[in-house]
Amino acid sequence: MTHSLAANMMLAGSLLAETDGGFWLPPARSTTAGAVDQLFYFILGVSAFFFALIVVLMVLFVVLYRRRPGDPAGEAPSHSTALEVFWTVIPLVIVIYIFYEGFVGYMAMRHVPRNAYDILVRAQKWKWIFSYENGHEDSDLHVPVNEAVRLTMTSEDVIHSLFIPTFRLKMDVVPGRYTTTWFRAVRPGTYDLYCAEYCGTGHSDMLAKVVVHEPGQFAKWLQEEGDLLKKLPPAEAGQRLVALRCASCHTIDGNPGIGPTLKGIWGQTHQFSNASPTVVDENYVRESILEPAAKVRQGYTGVMPTFKGILSDQQITAVIEYIKTLK
Amino acid sequence: MSTATPLPAEHDRASGDNYLTYTRGLRSWIFSLDHKRIGVMYLIAIMASLALGGIFALLIRTELAAPGETIMGRNFYNQMFTLHGAVMIFLFIIPGIPAALGNFVLPIMLGAKDVAFPRLNLASLWLYVIGAAFFLLTLATGGLDTGWTFYTPYSTETNTRVISAATGAFVLGFSSIFTGINFVATIHTMRPPGMTWFRMPLFLWSLYATAVIQVLATPVLGITLLLLGAERLLGLGIFDPKLGGDPILFQHFFWFYSHPAVYIMILPAMGIISELISVFSRKHIFGYRFIAYSSLAIALLGFLVWGHHMFTSGQSKLASMIFSALTFSVSIPSAIKVFNWLATMYKGSIQLRTPMLYALSFIFLFGIGGLTGLFLGALATDVHLTDTYFVVAHFHYVMFGGTLIAFLGGLHYWWPKMFGRMYSEASAQVACLLVFVGFNLTFFPQFILGTRGMPRRYFDYQGLLGEHPEFTGYNLMSSLGSYLLGAGMTLILVYLLHSLWRGRPAPANPWGGATLEWQCSSPPPHDNFATPPVVGDPYDFSRLEYDAAQQAYVSTEGLEGKKLGTRG
Ligand code: HEC
Ligand SMILES: [Cu+2]
Ligand SMILES: [Cu+2]
Repeated sequence: MTHSLAANMMLAGSLLAETDGGFWLPPARSTTAGAVDQLFYFILGVSAFFFALIVVLMVLFVVLYRRRPGDPAGEAPSHSTALEVFWTVIPLVIVIYIFYEGFVGYMAMRHVPRNAYDILVRAQKWKWIFSYENGHEDSDLHVPVNEAVRLTMTSEDVIHSLFIPTFRLKMDVVPGRYTTTWFRAVRPGTYDLYCAEYCGTGHSDMLAKVVVHEPGQFAKWLQEEGDLLKKLPPAEAGQRLVALRCASCHTIDGNPGIGPTLKGIWGQTHQFSNASPTVVDENYVRESILEPAAKVRQGYTGVMPTFKGILSDQQITAVIEYIKTLK
Repeated sequence: MSTATPLPAEHDRASGDNYLTYTRGLRSWIFSLDHKRIGVMYLIAIMASLALGGIFALLIRTELAAPGETIMGRNFYNQMFTLHGAVMIFLFIIPGIPAALGNFVLPIMLGAKDVAFPRLNLASLWLYVIGAAFFLLTLATGGLDTGWTFYTPYSTETNTRVISAATGAFVLGFSSIFTGINFVATIHTMRPPGMTWFRMPLFLWSLYATAVIQVLATPVLGITLLLLGAERLLGLGIFDPKLGGDPILFQHFFWFYSHPAVYIMILPAMGIISELISVFSRKHIFGYRFIAYSSLAIALLGFLVWGHHMFTSGQSKLASMIFSALTFSVSIPSAIKVFNWLATMYKGSIQLRTPMLYALSFIFLFGIGGLTGLFLGALATDVHLTDTYFVVAHFHYVMFGGTLIAFLGGLHYWWPKMFGRMYSEASAQVACLLVFVGFNLTFFPQFILGTRGMPRRYFDYQGLLGEHPEFTGYNLMSSLGSYLLGAGMTLILVYLLHSLWRGRPAPANPWGGATLEWQCSSPPPHDNFATPPVVGDPYDFSRLEYDAAQQAYVSTEGLEGKKLGTRG
């Protein structure tokens, strides 16, 4: 009984799912988005009606009952229980309905279908890392179309929030615990993904893409990406790792970001606010990655997180090889 | 020559004794126990805070006027929106109406000589000043970048000045509690004969309900900030998962105070609007008891809805459902009030003086603010809208469009009483229009930005333009609106100050108010009433008549008996 209800809800959801969102909302591209949009426009209608009612009455009264000299206020009762009960009950009925619809839509968002495809999400100041079953990690979220995807999320530092406007989906990503959410994308394409919970300096740079693959393409993409890193020469693998893990703070074009640029640093002697000058070599870069606080470069604050336990020795070597090439 | 008689207390004006001239010198002010002087000092302090918070706001809007970095860097921007929020909330909106206007008006409206604990009242003011000093210290020593919400673990990890800011908020909390205790005690114990509960003006009912929240909710903020301090200074693991704490617990604590605080901000505003609508419609307020009870209902229900700030925090589905349902239940009393105000205007004799213009603006803006709350109370739509500009627009419509507009209405209403001077009505109407238009231009586009997905607290939206090229235009519109708004606010300051020196002396009752403060002279004497005031129905205007010669309302009562009392 409840099952078929849920199934019906989902069916209705997917029929509604693909809309262009109208003036107010972005296009709707997930199965649960349609119900959200319907409720949104329902509340908008109700609000517009009551707002218009209030303003029209207000203006009307001001015009009709404008004070004229020697013209006292008219007689009208200062109290009417019937009227007051009336305008208590009408809004009450409406908000109960809105509450109910909101609740139903929310349950659909929070109830993860069985057999959903799992992706692990880690949020870190100020980037997203999406991990797939074969060990591949990506800074964008790649998903198959028309398949339920479950995101199991945690943060490595402060609270972030994963927000995909076109899917009408948002869930906080909290350190020290896992939160989950799910969606089923209905159309291939590339959509924006934002961080919606304030997380410091790079909050507004914590952006990523959701890439919804054409039917059958996702598995192929995943396989290729998984093999790539193993097959690539170290410097190229390093390039990908830096783009994934470090690009939110380090540029490779010579401009300073939140951290110093990685371009042209190899072999230079750097000054530190808490250590004596050191030459940038293998050991220094390794230390920077594993114990960033040990030497904090002058003119920067020590906000770099450690990558101990996150990057393997092989990966660190790849990163070093890549930095060597950045002349 | 008038045929009607000014009320007895008006003689005080002739003798030159009013609370402003009663004693002289700085000490007579800063150590004054007179609720009126404390109210005036509070007024000056919160206006200064409003100006500071406003400058931060203009800097924020200037940064966002165009994509990319405009006038400041990321970290500075994060400090700006944090300080804007903290200053506006803790230093302006929470104390604004109760501590400045309420302090001045409450005892007089009640017919009392002062508040119940004048020393506590002075202590409240000084705690406010100390709290504000901590905020300035924060600003001077490295700022704060946690957002006014202090969410953990960000606030345990950031290297900005969390401790001094939290100390400031902690001290301000006590200031707020003291005001609350004072108001509750005053209303319970100092009502003169004849001033029964249901003869109290609705502004007093709203201050009473507000005071109850201040006393009950603020200690939770104090405890939360203490725990935050203990975590930062002593490394106790309470909120930070690295130390074994729970960051979501902080959000529960924080909103357990901060949601009721929303009603600390809005209830007194609604109280002012009830007064203004009735006086300027010259008609008895409609549904007095409904409005009075709805204040209490809002105050009590307001304690049970904090979880609606956390629908996407990962809290359980059941908790979200309950919080959503309760949230809708609070919306009803607010709706009732709006209908009651409209019914009050029906068949009234409406005069569009500046305070009334603010009251009408309030209904318009608060209407939008309240109705957009429906989108956020409903679970499914909240998930999309929370933490976007929709929320920013919503709470500015409620807090600015509601509280600040009502504050301005109340300020213009009681200004003649407070300082004995009339301001320029023409300038005031122009400023009101500027504020109204500027406000809508600033914040309405933010609804659109929000529904289309722009997250709040974003330093930049360059990276969003691919999917949403229209964000540039809406942001620019909002920034331009903010300048208009700033101009309107500045104009208000100018003509109000001007009126202090050049304004026409105010009569005792320029608007025709029937509440007690209009029975004493403008400005009131030190002891408020020379003779005990006559307590009647606060919304019965039949005893008042406009006297064109004095440009004031005078009582038609005692025409026979007290004719000798006529001045000049
Ligand atoms: C959250 C921002 C952030 C991230 C992510 C980050 N770093 Fe850093 N990094 C910094 C900052 C800030 C500094 C300068 C302060 C210091 O020396 O600790 C820095 C310094 C460095 C230095 C020393 C640079 C010099 O000029 O001496 C190296 C090397 C480095 N990072 C490598 C990396 C690598 C490799 C990654 C990715 C695996 C990475 N960083 C990720 C912020 C970051
Ligand atoms: Cu963020
Ligand atoms: Cu709330």
